[in-house]
Amino acid sequence: MQNKSIAELAADLRLRKYSSTELTRHYLDRIARLDPRLNSFITVDAEAALAAAARADEALARDEGRPLTGIPIAHKDIFCTKGVRTSCASRMLDDFVAPYDATVVERLAAAGAVMLGKTNMDEFAMGSSNETSYYGPVANPWDTSRVPGGSSGGSAAAVAARLCAAATGTDTGGSIRQPAALCGITGIKPTYGRCSRWGMIAFASSLDQAGVMARSAADAAFLLDEMAGFDERDSTSAEVPVPDYVDALDNDISGLRIGLPKEFFGEGLDPRVGAAIEAAIREYEKLGAEIREISLPNSPLSVPVYYVVAPAECSSNLARFDGVRYGHRCADPADLEDLYTRSRAEGFGAEVQRRVMIGTYVLSAGYYDAYYLKAQKIRQLIADDFKRAFEEVDVIMGPTTPSTAFALGDKMDDPVAMYLNDIYTIATNLAGLPGMSIPVEPVEGMPVGLQLIGNYFDEARLLNIAHRYQHLTHWHQAAPAGFE
Amino acid sequence: MQWETVIGLEIHTQLATQSKIFSAAPTAFGAEPNTQACAIDLGLPGVLPVLNAEVVRLAVRFGTAIDAEIAPRSVFARKNYFYPDLPKGYQISQYELPIVGRGQVEIVLDDGTVKTIGVTRAHLEEDAGKSLHDDSLLGGGHTGVDLNRAGTPLLEIVSEPDMRSPEEAVAYARKIHQLVRYIGISDGNMQEGSFRVDANVSVRPLGSDTFGTRTEIKNVNSFRFLERAIAFEVERQIDLLEDGGRVIQETRLYDAANDETRSMRTKEEANDYRYFPDPDLLPVEIDAAFIERVTADLPELPDAKRARFRDDFGLSEYDANLLSSSRVLADYFEAVARASGEPKLAANWVSGELMAALNKAGLEIEASPVDAEGLAGLIARIKDGTISGKIAKQVFEAMWLGEGDADQVIEQKGLKQITDSGAIESMIDEIIAANPVQVEQYRAGKEKVFGFFVGQVMKASAGKANPQQVNAILKDKLRP
Amino acid sequence: MSLDRSDVEKIAHLARLAISPDQTERYAAELSNILDLVAQMDSVNTDDVEPMAHPLHMVQRLRPDQATEPDRRAEYQAGAPLTEGGLYLVPKVIE
Repeated sequence: MQNKSIAELAADLRLRKYSSTELTRHYLDRIARLDPRLNSFITVDAEAALAAAARADEALARDEGRPLTGIPIAHKDIFCTKGVRTSCASRMLDDFVAPYDATVVERLAAAGAVMLGKTNMDEFAMGSSNETSYYGPVANPWDTSRVPGGSSGGSAAAVAARLCAAATGTDTGGSIRQPAALCGITGIKPTYGRCSRWGMIAFASSLDQAGVMARSAADAAFLLDEMAGFDERDSTSAEVPVPDYVDALDNDISGLRIGLPKEFFGEGLDPRVGAAIEAAIREYEKLGAEIREISLPNSPLSVPVYYVVAPAECSSNLARFDGVRYGHRCADPADLEDLYTRSRAEGFGAEVQRRVMIGTYVLSAGYYDAYYLKAQKIRQLIADDFKRAFEEVDVIMGPTTPSTAFALGDKMDDPVAMYLNDIYTIATNLAGLPGMSIPVEPVEGMPVGLQLIGNYFDEARLLNIAHRYQHLTHWHQAAPAGFE
Repeated sequence: MQWETVIGLEIHTQLATQSKIFSAAPTAFGAEPNTQACAIDLGLPGVLPVLNAEVVRLAVRFGTAIDAEIAPRSVFARKNYFYPDLPKGYQISQYELPIVGRGQVEIVLDDGTVKTIGVTRAHLEEDAGKSLHDDSLLGGGHTGVDLNRAGTPLLEIVSEPDMRSPEEAVAYARKIHQLVRYIGISDGNMQEGSFRVDANVSVRPLGSDTFGTRTEIKNVNSFRFLERAIAFEVERQIDLLEDGGRVIQETRLYDAANDETRSMRTKEEANDYRYFPDPDLLPVEIDAAFIERVTADLPELPDAKRARFRDDFGLSEYDANLLSSSRVLADYFEAVARASGEPKLAANWVSGELMAALNKAGLEIEASPVDAEGLAGLIARIKDGTISGKIAKQVFEAMWLGEGDADQVIEQKGLKQITDSGAIESMIDEIIAANPVQVEQYRAGKEKVFGFFVGQVMKASAGKANPQQVNAILKDKLRP
Repeated sequence: MSLDRSDVEKIAHLARLAISPDQTERYAAELSNILDLVAQMDSVNTDDVEPMAHPLHMVQRLRPDQATEPDRRAEYQAGAPLTEGGLYLVPKVIE
């Protein structure tokens, strides 16, 4: 069952080959058995999952099922789930139970999906390796001595290890695409504003976006269909109609113009990864696509720009965690200052504290113009580069990451080296464009991701392009040893 | 050394909306702690702000009322600092691009001079909650936080440093207070905290064109205290400077009990608020059509109303000012004036008997037991001679107590004026006959005795004799 | 760009983070490295560029002025660290 696509599962459920309850139990068993090796889940709520599965079975029996009815999924522990802990992988929220559901959670539940639990992540979504979680690092199912990527490492590992049919993630600088690449799965970060941020704990508000991690573009399309769309509770939510992503999967892509940014193929890219990407591009040529070299000249500045904008916004977003109304509070505070400084120092891990401090610094008196304002200007230049490129091409492609998964502990002493993992993905967030990563031929047994970047609200085309590749190739169907 | 005082005021007024600026929680005053603080107001993880349309309309309304520029595009910014009553650790405010730009108001001082005071800008922001320093909480040592007020919409109105005396500052504050109530954007209740005034005060040598160091005075909750606080602070600064000291830029609180300003006990240097545009909100765009609609919707403003009362109704400057001081009062007066056709009489009655009765009963004009129509009816009976002005006061008292309208009371109590000359003549004849001594005195030249006779006639007629006729007939009959 | 101990202490105070003396040294080094990375921004001239506040050029939507949120105090305070009489409690603040 765990190797079936969502479409197959849905068909099987309707044919009564098995019930959602059985399917859910199956996943819960796998999680119990296999997750100790990965640590991809922070919270598993078997009782609620089985109750939801039972309700799904009833709906199916009444022939009132929708495509996702009864399909077991997981939510990144950054989405508020009413009655079930939402920790953001932080000691600060270790005991936090949200009194409401995030819109994304609401919509998937309304669509009949069954929530198995909340997946592990880098603390407050800050990281590229899922090593900063209060609940311990997550291991890559392809090689458990290596990282799964981050910040949505738990969701990526869980999907790759077939512990759930699909999972939600969030992407601020690459946090869906990079772990998807390192774990050999399909991840999509939609256009900024496509999915609601209501109930999605904020890291960098102008960059954060909810997305899907699944084993194929087809599977991802089912979830995105339900998640996407205007939400009046989010002022940054776009009032743009949602096309049928599933319907568009099989569109013909001949004549597709693919742009390859020369900046994504330069120094720093592992040549073996480069070769795998080039092989994937050749497959697209077979499908009738036309390849062009393009340039995104300001994209090399995306990492420095990101490490001004994201920390600045997060330093402000995380100010609410003060031990007063919810979350961690230090014991016996001597006075108000002590309450704040100690609760926050105890509640936040080192990477979070680093980013809060950088963010505080770049916004502080005398530095705003040189840092934050300057970064927002370069951001405009980066977006303009993409705009120009999309006048010539329909989609931009390149490697998702410069290398395959590195070893656990490898980059923990060097924050800047860690930051460079996102070098190809960040520009997309800065411009607000949609991006995907799909698995291509692995390198020495470790997954490699091909990144696809589309124009604003062009998710249907991205899923379509990805699907056509997955129709032609089978990398996305490989399972890590021990997790088949 | 001659000194000049420079004052600027920052006024925070709560906008009169049903719900908060960024959430749909209610804004009503006086609820149990934290029963009007929803997830957004509490700053729970994952919540987001959405802007209240009415807040924008009221802010623009204020801007048009002070002839200010309305920003076609304005931006919300985060003001970051930590305090228990600030749940998100930042206040959503406006910084570089406020919704209302430069405007002005006119103030009239006691000696009649008219002065224009500039308004630098007015911007929108959310209010913080309240901290309760109550030693009974959990056995002492704790402060309690109530976030009901958090998220209430505020309009912060910043004046130019154009005021040169405490008197001018109070006149300006009163003007703004009047204006926000006139145009219905705020109830301006200083006791409940919906109208808060902070004063920035500095002094400089007369003739200097640079500003001295200023201090900010907070916690002033009446116009009287505002005047006293500024006066004290000015003196303090002058004394300090004349003694060779320096004024420190700081925030001071006004202590009404001791009539002085005190430095706020704070360990912090000036807060670094790290303003940046709030990424959860988008720029607010306001087009010319919207501004036009809001402008068209503006009621007649106090200055225009005052001028109209003076010119069209022939009232004195003083009366025009008094009767236009609040919109409800002006509307009441105008209704009485139009219905009765006697603006001057209406002015006398409204500013006189009615206001006195309201004050005595502690009522606002909206709660007056005598409505405009009723008062107009009373005035009509004075005008047509049915009753005298003096009797009218009795009738008014009865109307106030709910005994009926003017006609009903006059009927019930038989208060119709006696205008029959014959009847008056007979009354006077009797009185003259009964008081030969006084007649003698009057005819001898003691003019004051006339009043005695008038009094007697009034007594005999139970006040109902027409005073003009009484005077005329008496004079005639008492002639030597 | 190099940050020293006192810079780090000031920032930590603004951010209300308690850091120990040995952490201060380490943060100074790490933050300085990050700022070196960020210094790459100086390589491009942005004099005539408008800063981007939002990826999409949307304007703020307005919501009707209706008070629809009910009182959910008990629920919201269920997980609160310290409350009494409906108030959130913090150590006494002196104004």
